[in-house]
Amino acid sequence: MKLNAAPVNGKRSYKLMIVDDSNIMRRRIERSQQFEELELVGTAGNGEEALDLFRRTDPDVVTMDLTMPRMDGIECIGRLVELKPAVRILVISALADKATAVEAMEKGANGFLNKPFTDRQLNEAIAELMR
Amino acid sequence: MLYEQELKTFVEGTTNFFEVAAQQPASIGSPYLMEGTPSVHEYTGVINISGKREGVVYFTAPKAMLTVLLMKMQENDFSHETMRDLVGEVANTISGNARRDFGRDFVISVPSVLSGEKPAIPQKPGQRSFIIPINWRSHSAKLVVSLS
Repeated sequence: MKLNAAPVNGKRSYKLMIVDDSNIMRRRIERSQQFEELELVGTAGNGEEALDLFRRTDPDVVTMDLTMPRMDGIECIGRLVELKPAVRILVISALADKATAVEAMEKGANGFLNKPFTDRQLNEAIAELMR
Repeated sequence: MLYEQELKTFVEGTTNFFEVAAQQPASIGSPYLMEGTPSVHEYTGVINISGKREGVVYFTAPKAMLTVLLMKMQENDFSHETMRDLVGEVANTISGNARRDFGRDFVISVPSVLSGEKPAIPQKPGQRSFIIPINWRSHSAKLVVSLS
């Protein structure tokens, strides 16, 4: 499934939501991503906040942590995909086992990046997500 | 009980964290075993482990080390809350990476963070811990792995 956002001022623009329970990681992802076409619409610290923010801002692209309080990332991915099947989700997590990556993809994630990561790895993962 | 290969998993996870996140390798000292609760630094991020193994993994570091680590990560917020956030994230990352070898039944909690001089570490009486000394720049920290 391809991203299909409407052009704004002649350029395609995609709404980005960042979900991670660490403020440092949220700021890091925001600061390090280098895509002009991504417009940050909000950040959330757990799955419940993410669902609420998602309903209000309708993002096209989401980065999603997995280990979070209140609602974890795996459950949240499933809920987001129910709301918007075309959303593109990049999991950014420390959980490095294959079974977790497979489960996230089965729930509807489109990419998986392990922490810790370099800026280059982050941007390559986002580029792959938006292809 | 922790086998040599399992200990190696945590040593490699710690090495990888500093190489990638701090862009500067840490020197990892020889791990050693101790009984009782090890001493901790000003900030400690604790991950509770459940599933096929039970216990705790924690990363404990002085404020000075965390400040430099934040600088290397291009952070400009050095508040108490950010120090707590960082120490929890380091513990979470190293523990989460360990699932590459331990598998998904190595269940990790969200981090809890302790700060101050003598915080109470949740540890079973008589439990033995492996201490992994971490030297980075001029600072010392440690990863404590206590699993049954």
